[in-house]
Amino acid sequence: MLYVLVLGSYLGFELINKVPPTLHTPLMSGSNAISGITIVGAILATNELGYTTLSKWLGMLAVIFAMINVVGGYAVTDRMLKMFKKK
Amino acid sequence: MNIYIQLAYLIASVLFIIGIKKMNKTSEARNGNLISSVGMLIAILATVVQVEAISLIDIFICMIIGSAIGLYTAYKVEMTQMPEMVAVFNGFGGLASVFVSISDYWLKSQEHVINIDIITVISIMLSVFIGGITFTGSMIAWGKLSGKVNGNAIIFKGQHPLNLVLFIVSVVLSVLAVIYQADYIYIIILTVVSFILGVLVVIPIGGADMPVVISLLNSYSGMAACTTGFVLNNNVLIVAGALVGASGIILTNIMCKAMNRSLVSVLLGGFGATNTSGGAAGGSDIVVKEVGVEEAAMLFDSASSVIVVPGYGMAVAQAQHIIKELMEQCEKRNIDFRFAIHPVAGRMPGHMNVLLAESNVPYDKLIEMDDINDDFANTDIVFVVGANDVVNPAARTNPQSPIYGMPILNADKARTVIVSKRSMGKGYAGVENELFGYPNCLMLFGDAKQTITKVVGELKES
Repeated sequence: MLYVLVLGSYLGFELINKVPPTLHTPLMSGSNAISGITIVGAILATNELGYTTLSKWLGMLAVIFAMINVVGGYAVTDRMLKMFKKK
Repeated sequence: MNIYIQLAYLIASVLFIIGIKKMNKTSEARNGNLISSVGMLIAILATVVQVEAISLIDIFICMIIGSAIGLYTAYKVEMTQMPEMVAVFNGFGGLASVFVSISDYWLKSQEHVINIDIITVISIMLSVFIGGITFTGSMIAWGKLSGKVNGNAIIFKGQHPLNLVLFIVSVVLSVLAVIYQADYIYIIILTVVSFILGVLVVIPIGGADMPVVISLLNSYSGMAACTTGFVLNNNVLIVAGALVGASGIILTNIMCKAMNRSLVSVLLGGFGATNTSGGAAGGSDIVVKEVGVEEAAMLFDSASSVIVVPGYGMAVAQAQHIIKELMEQCEKRNIDFRFAIHPVAGRMPGHMNVLLAESNVPYDKLIEMDDINDDFANTDIVFVVGANDVVNPAARTNPQSPIYGMPILNADKARTVIVSKRSMGKGYAGVENELFGYPNCLMLFGDAKQTITKVVGELKES
């Protein structure tokens, strides 16, 4: 897994170094949306039977917050990028 | 785990990478965002098929609530509020990581009462720690940016030692949690400590340093997702988290370079607040020349090239739309009209570009600092709107100045400089801007939106 982490980080550094400053804000909100990938963990955490467990409730809260992050992040990035026009 | 699910996660990771790669070109960026969101959809679907049918309803309800809130805010937010918005979303990502990790810990240690391996416990604690700091740190950043919390640097005695103590406490708590797994008190205290630490690390940073903070918190939210990936043994979380973590770090680095400050000095904070005595002694000894609206309009009318230098003040005054009109008037007269964008103008990376894009200024008119700096010398008018420190020549000439060495836009080299400014207030760094006293500099006092509206009105009549 450490392997994956190192490769992922390296790839990230390589890719982002080339992003023009014009796109820094969309890049940030777009990558922000990607960090909402925690949704995957949140869904798995909610997959517990019975409402009596703390695990289940925390998982459900996590789903809500991660989903705000994901959907809001992508939507707002799209809204911004739509505005960038060339003459 | 099912091979198809693994494959779906792999595809999602690849789509994230392609999506970010497409962000390199403005014309393809929107597709890139779409591709990355498809990756997210695949990752979510691949996860949903793994859950028990009976939990599906709960999950869907939560997802719908989250999506609705996300969509609503995304479409309602004003472009000028974008920095706050990014901060809030960041914080929610961090909070989700905290919840997922505690949930997983609780399930294993309290519900199933099984032994958790050391790596997982450490990952859980790290994820809670980073996620917690991301959450409260982002909330404070949001408060500062939206004016709900004092936006200036807040510093108090013993702040740094306190942070250090809290950090050590966190490490100790993590070690204790590894040893006494069944005792949940440690993870609870760690959560609280990380929340406090998040507040403490962001309050001493203010104003123009915010772009650094926002990028750094962005990076943290990625790292939090990454550590959650280690908790759950899930590669897609690690890859996506690492991508975001790296992107945040790079942006942070770019912002620091553009201010000629080290990350450490930004994080220690208090810039400006501690420097008030270091600047010019007391009142201003700079004599400025004022210019009226009519005269300014005449200057624009007779110019052949104009460069606008926007700053945070433009965002505050919401002047981006009227500047677009000014641009139209000038282009009607065949005046070369461009914008010079300093990397840290505004409150987050690329802030000015988004605002001007909103008012339909084509992005090829927005020129980066290094590409335009040599052009100032043969430009007729430089129009500085709500920017201050980024055009202060002291950064080049005065080694005593706190901003000495910071790369600036050479606005002072132009034939005429017009500065739209509300008053003679100082910039974030708290230093006098000697540009305002230069013989070629004219001050256009007043609210940027109102004064520029009048200038445009004059130009329309003539």
